Amino acid sequence: MRELTYRAALNEALAEELERDRRVLLLGADIGAYGGAFKVTAGLQERFGAKRVRDTPVSESTIVGVGTGAAMAGLRPVVELMTINFALLAFDQLVNHAAAIRAMFGGQVRVPLVVRMPQGGGQRLGPQHSHSWEALFLHVPGLTLAVPSTPADAKGLLKRAIRSEDPVVLIEHEGLYGLRGEVPDGEHLTAFGRAAVRRTGSDVTLIGTSRMAHVALAAADVLAAEHAVRAEVIDPRTLRPLDLETLVASVRRTRRAVLVEEGWPDAGVSATLATRITEQAFEALAAPVARVTGAPVAMPYAAELEQAALPQVADVVAAALSTGAASARMEA
Amino acid sequence: MALPEPAVAKEWLAAMTLIARFEQRATELYAEGRIGGFLHTAAGEEAVAVGGVRALRETDALISTYRAHAHALARGTPPGRVMAELFGRVDGTSQGRGGSTHVADVGRRFMGGFGIVAGHVPIAAGLALAARHGGRDDVTLCQFGEGAINQGAFGETLNLAALWALPVVFLVTADRGAAPRPRESAVDLVARGRGFGVEGLRCDGNDVADVHRVVGDAVAHARTGPRPMLVEAVTDRRADPSPVERFAAQLAQADVVSQSARATIERDAAARVEAAVAFAQASPAPEPAMLHDHATAG
Repeated sequence: MRELTYRAALNEALAEELERDRRVLLLGADIGAYGGAFKVTAGLQERFGAKRVRDTPVSESTIVGVGTGAAMAGLRPVVELMTINFALLAFDQLVNHAAAIRAMFGGQVRVPLVVRMPQGGGQRLGPQHSHSWEALFLHVPGLTLAVPSTPADAKGLLKRAIRSEDPVVLIEHEGLYGLRGEVPDGEHLTAFGRAAVRRTGSDVTLIGTSRMAHVALAAADVLAAEHAVRAEVIDPRTLRPLDLETLVASVRRTRRAVLVEEGWPDAGVSATLATRITEQAFEALAAPVARVTGAPVAMPYAAELEQAALPQVADVVAAALSTGAASARMEA
Repeated sequence: MALPEPAVAKEWLAAMTLIARFEQRATELYAEGRIGGFLHTAAGEEAVAVGGVRALRETDALISTYRAHAHALARGTPPGRVMAELFGRVDGTSQGRGGSTHVADVGRRFMGGFGIVAGHVPIAAGLALAARHGGRDDVTLCQFGEGAINQGAFGETLNLAALWALPVVFLVTADRGAAPRPRESAVDLVARGRGFGVEGLRCDGNDVADVHRVVGDAVAHARTGPRPMLVEAVTDRRADPSPVERFAAQLAQADVVSQSARATIERDAAARVEAAVAFAQASPAPEPAMLHDHATAG
């Protein structure tokens, strides 16, 4: 085991896959000499050349379309979009094309395309660079959706994505690029559809991905230290496929669930997960499933407002307590 | 326009006749309610389809819009497989999941019909990029109507294709015979292509030999460059005689195809189309249990 940053882990995943498979190529604006807007691709063009690490014009729709065509013809393109907000410019290519092509042509051709993009608030990047939109991609059958929270998962999920036969959207978080964590030595792949139990507990289940997995863990610390509540923390890691089994098994044990999501509340990931958990474990629940989400506003620039728009540790603690988690052991 | 060798000319006429008869029959079946959804035919564009496709090698890629029957048939897809797709049956090219809009035959390098105007244009550039990446000199022929040229994807893709010297030919059908329409751009298409660094050529889209010659030149430039090329095929979809009739008349005048030979070509096309309808009718409808086939595996 070594310690790497989330950024370095992603870089290592790309380098290893470029080294392993000549069909892999990277496409994106400023990913070459500049090394990417968040430096994830630093040094890769120097090492693998400008034909495999290709700087593109700022044409998000076309970059994803070119990636789709190249994938249909047998390559393994990895497209970088500078932020998730820019991904909306490519939504037609992602939804109408990449996600649909395999089924629409009766399985004659597959689209092994990876589209990476960072999301998330906290950097004061304002209303057009800071949103969290896993939900938009979760809505689309045909897209695998990976949302890593740790350096190890960032590397393992990206390598797994590049080896997928079908399109994968991998959403990074701007606030996690500098996060350090242990990454296994050697070949490291993370399976899709397998949640990680980040902390075990018996009183309440906290569920979050990406940066919200860390907010949930911090809340679990506070719940233990200040309220004698033992929270279980689960990070689904991929939202499609979803490891519903692990989520439901945990909630059946703890009888309480808090879903933590940085994105907007309406038709969001937590809305979907709350429904699915309730459908499967309704009779086990001691309280309604609670949600902590980002505020439904265009992300503000002012630090005080931005923080007010983002889920905070205290919000998660309060939500857990609202489910009656502090009385859980007395019931047991 | 100079005619090709007699055997080649006959084959082109047979291919154009098959497309015309197939689409006439499909239009009847659509009116009878036996084909669902939308049915967009390429009636009056048979010369563009056959002239363009015959300018390709087998290993070159072809990609098209929602007027895609003609391209599949021109590429050699059995008419029964295309008709079965229109019927929504399991033996359709896309197992009945795509319909008229999404006929495809990837085995013959026909990468499909697409329903979003200009949505397939960047995909064509990606197919061309893959050929370059693999060290192959295959070209991609990307066909669409001039309605697509004001989409962002068209301009973005021309820019990228020129920048990366991608071997792709954009074949734009400009129907000038249709009912009067408001102008949609101030600048001529070939001039616009040049603005992006993509050389353009123009051909008579109602003349299969002219389409073949000009697209052939464009394909040769694209292959040897490598570089992108643009071809504007000016058609008149209401032209009388139709491109098929016009070519048949040229061949008759040149003593290449006699009246009786023409009748044989017509009979063969009609027989193939009726066999295609019978094949499609005999093909089973998909079972509801097949709904989730081709769901992505992750």
